[in-house]
Amino acid sequence: MTKRFGGSVAVDALELKIPAGTYCCLLGPSGCGKTTSLRMLAGHERQSSGDILLDNHEVSGLPPAQRGTAMMFQSYALFPHLSCLDNVAFSLRMRGVAKAERHAKARRMLALVELEALADRLPAQLSGGQQQRVALARALVTNPSALLLDEPLSALDPFLRGRVRAELKRFQRELGITFVHVTHSQDEALALADLVVLMRDGRIEQQGTPLEVFDSPRTAFAARFMGGHNVIGLPGGLVAVRTDRTRLLPVAEGAVAATIRGIEYTGTGFAVALAGPRGEEWQALLSEAALRAQPWEAGQDAGLGWDEVDVRHLAAAA
Amino acid sequence: MTQRRDWAPLLQAAPLALVLLLFFVFPLVATAVVSLWNYTEYSLVPDVTSRNYAEMFEGCGNLSDGLCTTFRTYISTLRLCGLVWLCTLVLGFTVSYFLAFHVRSDTVRMALFLVCTAPFLTSNVIRMISWLPLLGREGLVNQALVGSGVVDAPQDWLLFSDFSVVLAFVHLYTLFVVVPVFNSMMRIDRRLLEAAQDAGASGWQTLWHVVVPLTKPGLVIGSIFVIVLVMGDFVTIGVMGGQQIASIGKIIQVQMSYLQFPAAAAQAVVLLGLVLLVIAAMTKLIDIRREL
Repeated sequence: MTKRFGGSVAVDALELKIPAGTYCCLLGPSGCGKTTSLRMLAGHERQSSGDILLDNHEVSGLPPAQRGTAMMFQSYALFPHLSCLDNVAFSLRMRGVAKAERHAKARRMLALVELEALADRLPAQLSGGQQQRVALARALVTNPSALLLDEPLSALDPFLRGRVRAELKRFQRELGITFVHVTHSQDEALALADLVVLMRDGRIEQQGTPLEVFDSPRTAFAARFMGGHNVIGLPGGLVAVRTDRTRLLPVAEGAVAATIRGIEYTGTGFAVALAGPRGEEWQALLSEAALRAQPWEAGQDAGLGWDEVDVRHLAAAA
Repeated sequence: MTQRRDWAPLLQAAPLALVLLLFFVFPLVATAVVSLWNYTEYSLVPDVTSRNYAEMFEGCGNLSDGLCTTFRTYISTLRLCGLVWLCTLVLGFTVSYFLAFHVRSDTVRMALFLVCTAPFLTSNVIRMISWLPLLGREGLVNQALVGSGVVDAPQDWLLFSDFSVVLAFVHLYTLFVVVPVFNSMMRIDRRLLEAAQDAGASGWQTLWHVVVPLTKPGLVIGSIFVIVLVMGDFVTIGVMGGQQIASIGKIIQVQMSYLQFPAAAAQAVVLLGLVLLVIAAMTKLIDIRREL
């Protein structure tokens, strides 16, 4: 599918198949078209061309509620004038479900997210994490076959983020429905996803399991965005080597030379910041033992070395 | 030093307090006091008497003779007020909704909003009087209606009628609803509308279950403006009603012109009490302080 806004293409011929029951993360820097893609899936944005199929049904022409998708909005978009219970029951009310029945169902959903005790509170009286769970209950109350989450963790503080992340994964596993989660944080994608879809400028840069995408970046962009890689220009072309597989050697023995900019203790080891001959920024993660065996200091020149199996050849930049 | 810090806030509040005391509290207290005075054809007699209130409600206890003048006037005023309220609310809500949700560009929105306020650059009276040549027996509207053959004879109900009074009020006061309602609507997070749509709400359902509840503070503030302005009015009702329609404001004005100040003051106190009751009931519905 393709989405154009005026003259600019926000999403360019995106072709993606998400198997049912998958936790899929759309990952990319801001402006890469991931949110637009999600909104097209949800039906809040109409694609300029192309089709969207859900459970093998064409849904592109349908309004959001008839697609079998539910969306959890960034900062949740809870109705401020309704109690948690009424927020969760809202979509049932719109369908004309009788009050007793919809409240009973909404209560069950709130119990699922462990918020039954706060059913009568207004959203403003809840913490960020609680609001997030109300939003989740509201999205799940219609039994959607796919849940679309737009940056669900970005409104939370870092401490909560980790806990809520684990909860999201647990819900997805227990409910067995497809989650499509938009994020710009590679940590989130790696931790949650079964399928990571890395996007750039409206196109898919790379997709695969978190392990594939992290360990075997296909392009320099993928390697840099996922982090943990040194992108090094060799005579044979660009390669990526994970920072924890990069070793420091005497200059003569290394494949490339670099200058040590600084050494930081990370607790589990040392992060050595390096500058390449053309100003490249590299990093080597060394264990305490490695640094003790061969001490380095800031300002020294060193050679970078690695095992041949750790080299990932990168496609030339598009 | 401590002394200065104690006095500074009082000094800062003093100018406004003085203005309010002089132009708000004092006239109000004076009105209440005068409403208890006695009067003759040519003089005011300082006194504490319930005569003015008693005369106002004279014969009101006896419903078998039909309603007393005061009650009939109140009902007439309240009916007009209700009509104007309904029209300004519907119209104000619609205009605000269009401005807030249908106009996409901020520049266009501001331009249209300024267009709404443009009539307020002319005086109330001018705007009212300019209806006369339009609505009169030989006015523009009647000429057009007769000329196009829609009606055979000029229509009398266009001017000096409830219709013309309500029309003039709606024209004068709709903006007082538009402004607070527009303000409320602009604060509604647009994602809430998408969330409602996502939950399967139709356009009307979204309007009724999301937009209207979240616009309530604006609607209440606008209603208070309109009710206060219409309940106390005598000029518009006089001019547009051809001096034929009874209103409390009109009664007060007539009593003042006969120098029956205590009677007029008593009427004013009762009217004030009634309007305050209406406002109290409305603010019970919604916490407007949240909005201000």
